[in-house]
Amino acid sequence: MSKKSLTNALIYLLLAAMAVIWLFPFVGIVLESFRVETRAQVGYLFPKEWGLDNYRHLFQNTDFPRWFLNTGFMGVAVAVLQTVFILSMSYALSRLRFRGRRLLMNSMLILGMFPGFLTLLLIYKVFVDLGLTMENAPIGLVLVYVASSGMGYYVAKGFLDTIPKTLDEAARVDGATRAQVFYKIILPLSSPIIIYTILMGFMAPWGDFMLASYLIHENSAGMNVAVGMYEWVSKTNLNHMYTIFCAAGVVVALPVITLFLSLQRYYVEGVTGGAVKG
Amino acid sequence: MEIKKPNRLFRWIREILDTFRQGNWAVKTSFFVFGVGNLYYGQIARGLLFLLFQIVFLVYMFLPSGGLYWLGKTKFFQTGATVGDVQGHEAFHPVYDTAYWVPGDDSVKVLLYGLLTLLFILAFFWTWRQQIKQCRLCMDITARGKGLPTAGDDLRGLADRDFHKTLLALPVLGILFFTVLPIIYMILIAFTSYDANHDGYANLFTWVGFDHFNALLDFGTGGLGLAFGEVLSWTLMWAFFATFTNYFLGILVAVLINKRGIRLKKFWRTILVLTIAIPQFVSLLYVSRLLDATGFLGKLLLKWNLIPKAMLAANQLSLWSNPIAARITLILVNIWVGIPYIMLIATGILMNIPKDLYEAARIDGANSFQQYVRITMPYMLFVTGPYLLTSFVGNLNNFNVIYLLTGGNPLNTQVGVAGGVSVGSTDLLITWLYRMTLGSAESKYYLASLIGILVFLVVAILSLIVYNMIPSTRSEEDFRG
Repeated sequence: MSKKSLTNALIYLLLAAMAVIWLFPFVGIVLESFRVETRAQVGYLFPKEWGLDNYRHLFQNTDFPRWFLNTGFMGVAVAVLQTVFILSMSYALSRLRFRGRRLLMNSMLILGMFPGFLTLLLIYKVFVDLGLTMENAPIGLVLVYVASSGMGYYVAKGFLDTIPKTLDEAARVDGATRAQVFYKIILPLSSPIIIYTILMGFMAPWGDFMLASYLIHENSAGMNVAVGMYEWVSKTNLNHMYTIFCAAGVVVALPVITLFLSLQRYYVEGVTGGAVKG
Repeated sequence: MEIKKPNRLFRWIREILDTFRQGNWAVKTSFFVFGVGNLYYGQIARGLLFLLFQIVFLVYMFLPSGGLYWLGKTKFFQTGATVGDVQGHEAFHPVYDTAYWVPGDDSVKVLLYGLLTLLFILAFFWTWRQQIKQCRLCMDITARGKGLPTAGDDLRGLADRDFHKTLLALPVLGILFFTVLPIIYMILIAFTSYDANHDGYANLFTWVGFDHFNALLDFGTGGLGLAFGEVLSWTLMWAFFATFTNYFLGILVAVLINKRGIRLKKFWRTILVLTIAIPQFVSLLYVSRLLDATGFLGKLLLKWNLIPKAMLAANQLSLWSNPIAARITLILVNIWVGIPYIMLIATGILMNIPKDLYEAARIDGANSFQQYVRITMPYMLFVTGPYLLTSFVGNLNNFNVIYLLTGGNPLNTQVGVAGGVSVGSTDLLITWLYRMTLGSAESKYYLASLIGILVFLVVAILSLIVYNMIPSTRSEEDFRG
C-alpha cells in the first residue's frame, strides 16, 4: 500500500513539474505583456511596474488591429469554404464508387509528398498579375488555403467510413437520390467531423507564417498576425517591441484558446480518429 | 499488372478503329469534327459543347499570339536556348532625356503559357477520345433499340448517378490549378537557370538540361552535394528524434495521467492541451527569445553569476549559436510542442486496450514498467502505425518549429555557402528551400525546385518502405466491417 502511494506521489511530482514547464511560457508572456518599465528583454518575469501601456500602444500606434481583422476574415472564409471542399471530397471518396476513384486517391497521396509551398513559386507570380498580393493578400491567401484543401480529406473520410452503409441503402430503396442521401442522411450524422473541420479551418490562418510570408512582403495592410508580429522580434526591433509582441500574443491567443477549449471534444475525436485510420 | 496495360491500350485502339469502321458518315466525320456524331443521334447539347471545345482549341492554337506562338517561344528542353526570345533592355528616351526600360519577354510567363498550351493539347486529345467513346455508346444503345439519355437526364444525373462529378468538380479543379500545375511548373524550373540574376524579366533564363542534377554530385568543399548531404542528414536525424521522443514520452504521459488513483485527470490534460491551442508562432517565437543569451535565460544566468559577462558579450553562450546545443534544444522544445498531441491520441486509444490483458499480466507478476513495454507499447504501435509515418513525414517538413526557433541558424561552418546559398546547421530541407526562394539576391529557384524533387523522392521512398513494414496496412474495405 505504501509503495503504491509512493509511486502516486512521484507521479504527482512529475505531473506538477510538467505543468510548470508547460505553463511557463504562457505565464511569462502574460506577465511580460503588463510590464511598463522597459520594452526590452529582461532577466525577471514579474514587472516592476504594472500597466496596460503595451496594449494601448498595440491598438493605437501599430497596424495590429488591421492584421487581426485580416486574420479573422481569413479564418472565417477558410473555415466555411474548406469545410465544403473537404466534405464533398470525403463523401465522394467514402460513399460513392466511380471510375478513377483509386487513381484520384493515389494521385493526391503522391502530390502530398511534394513540399507544398513550392507551388507558391508560380502562384505568387500569377497572383502579382491578378492583384492578389499586397493589400489584397488575404483574398489570395484564402484561395491558396482553400483550393487544395480537398487533399486533406483523410480524417473526414475516416469518420464517414464508420457510418453504416445500410443507412444509405435503405434511403436509396425508398427512392432518395445520392444527393439527397448526402444532405438528408449523412450530413446530419456528421456534425462532430463538420465542427472539427470548421475548427481546423478557422485556426489555420492564425498559425500560418510560411505561406502568408510568401504572399505578403512589405505591405503592412495585407498582413496576417504571424507575418506582422514576426517583424517585432527581429534583431532590429526586439529592444523596443518585445513587450508589445507579448501583448499582441495574448490578444491573438485568447480567442483561439477560448474557441479551442470549448470545442476540444471534437478536436480530440478528430485527431484520434485520424491517427488510428491514418 | 504487366500484362494488363498493353492489353488495355490495345483494346482502346481496336475500339476506336472499330467505331470508325462500323460508324455511319456522322460518326466518321466526328473523328475530324467534334460532336457531329452526338448531333446526329440527337444529343444536341453534348454535340454543341464538343464542337465549341474544338473551335476554341483551334482558334487558340493558330491565333497570332496563341498556342503555337507560345510553344515556339518556350522551346521546351532545348539545352542552351532561352525561355522567350526578346530580351528586355534599358534604352534612352531622347525627348524626356531619361533612361527607361523596354520590356521584352518574361520567361516566367512564357514558360507558364507554354506549359498551359501543352496541357491544352493533352486535353484536346482526351476530349477527342471522349467524344468517340460517346459515338460508340450512341451506336450501341440505338442498335439495341433503346432511347438515348437527353440533356435533361444528364443534368438530373448530376444529383444522382453522377453525383460524384458535382461533388468533386471544385475540389479537383482547385487541386489541378493550385497543386498539379504549379508542381509540374516547379519540376520544369529545375531544368532552367531561373534565379535572382535570371529572373526572367530583367534577364531571360535558359534551359540547362541536367546541369543542376550534375552539380548535386559535387561533394567537394562548397559543393552542392556536400551541402545537401549535410542538410539531409540533419533533417533525417531531426525527424527521427522528434517523432520518437514525442511518441514514447507522449504515451508515457498519457499512461501516467490515466493511471488509477491519479486525480485531476482533466486538469493535467487541459494544461498540456493549451500548447496546441495557442498559435505556434506566438509560443515558439516567445520561447526562442526566452532561451536566447540576450533574453530571459541569459540575463537570469548572468544575474546569478553563472556565466561570465565576457562570454555573453561575445555571444558564445547562446543556446542558439552553438550548432550542437541548438540542435539539442530544438529537440527538447519540440518535446514541449509535441507531447500534448500524442497524449490526446494515446488517451483515446488506451481506453480500448482490453483490461484482461493487464489482469493476466499482473497475475503473472509483471510490474507496471513491464506492462508498459509488453502490452501498452505493442498495442499502440500496432494501432498507430500509419500515424507514426505521417508524423515522421510531418517532422521532415516541420517548418514552424525550426524556422520560428532558430531560422536555420547558426551557419554551418563546415559547408558555409554552397551553390551561392548559405547553409545553416539547423536547417531542414524545407527551411533551406524557403530561404532560397524568398526573393532576395540569394534566391536560387532552380535549386529550390531541384531539392523539392529530391524531398519528394525521400518522402516517397520512406513511405514505401514503412508501408510495407507496418502490420496494420489496411485494406480500405476491411475495417468497414
